[in-house]
Amino acid sequence: MDYSKAEIWLIIVVLGIGTFFLRYSFLGLIGNRALPEWALRYLRYTPVAVLPGLVAPLVLWPSATQGEIDPARLIAAGATVLVGIVTRNTLAAILGGLGALYLGLWLIG
Amino acid sequence: MTDTPKLAPAFWRGFRHGLPFILVIVPFGLLFGVAGTEAGLNLAEVMGFSILVIAGASQFTAVQLMSDNAPVIMVLLTSLAVNLRMAMYSASLAPHLGTAPSWQKSLIAYFMVDQVYVMSIQDYEARPAQSRGQKMAYYAGICAVLCPQWYVSTWVGAVVGKAIPPEFALDFAVPITFLAMLAPALRSLPHVAAAGVSVGVALALAWMPSGLGLLIAAVAAMATGAQVEQWQNRKRAA
Repeated sequence: MDYSKAEIWLIIVVLGIGTFFLRYSFLGLIGNRALPEWALRYLRYTPVAVLPGLVAPLVLWPSATQGEIDPARLIAAGATVLVGIVTRNTLAAILGGLGALYLGLWLIG
Repeated sequence: MTDTPKLAPAFWRGFRHGLPFILVIVPFGLLFGVAGTEAGLNLAEVMGFSILVIAGASQFTAVQLMSDNAPVIMVLLTSLAVNLRMAMYSASLAPHLGTAPSWQKSLIAYFMVDQVYVMSIQDYEARPAQSRGQKMAYYAGICAVLCPQWYVSTWVGAVVGKAIPPEFALDFAVPITFLAMLAPALRSLPHVAAAGVSVGVALALAWMPSGLGLLIAAVAAMATGAQVEQWQNRKRAA
């Protein structure tokens, strides 16, 4: 990471302020009025729109293997998603994924 | 405060309802402390994230993009995009808490974490007769049990993280955490379609400067989710 200290704190502070205003937005500024239906329809999908695209390159081209596809990490990612879908439980999915990762690294190396 | 006796039960109900989430918050906070330190942040910076931002997924996003040396503006835009859902939380809490004084609404906003929001809105809908004060007390109860855990576990992760050897493959803890948050949300066709478009476009645009491809992928995926939902609604109506 080659940011200056000032840039790092700029990121932290602006992200903090921006996040606060997203959270305060409708509660504070609009009061009791509801969002228009189309806006809600878009916002509903933000987590599933951002997180998969963020994760996909990390799963396919992990930096720990210099971007080489790694079977243990692929299996671990698959296991995490599977456990998460079946149990609907984030913690169970994390534990399942880490278990699969260590098992895979131990078996495949 | 004449209605204080009525507030205490709501507070403690919130506190009790928050307890199971310690099992999620603590490992997540530990991981953020570890990931931030591994990426090269010092203790003050890692704690700065957890105290000033207090939104795990966006903190991980920022740290991930920062370890790729993405431009500052891309780090900010992408991490804020991850938090857009909180505007939706804010909108849905407004009918219950929107008439509170500004200082209270500021505190509500600061502590608006996924688990706090989800539990509160469920409680408000299950017990519609509650006063605004009781709703506030319930919200405060969940925050009281969950939010300190976030700071403390981040701190522990940041301090202990350096001692963890590379064989533990903690580099992959971040993707696993994201996937684990994501998988339970894949509950309908629009969600799955949005996730698929997000992956496809992000991979296809991986050659772009860090963060930009993801931003385009996210917008395309949100539009996909919204569109598929509308098709489904029309089909049901027809």
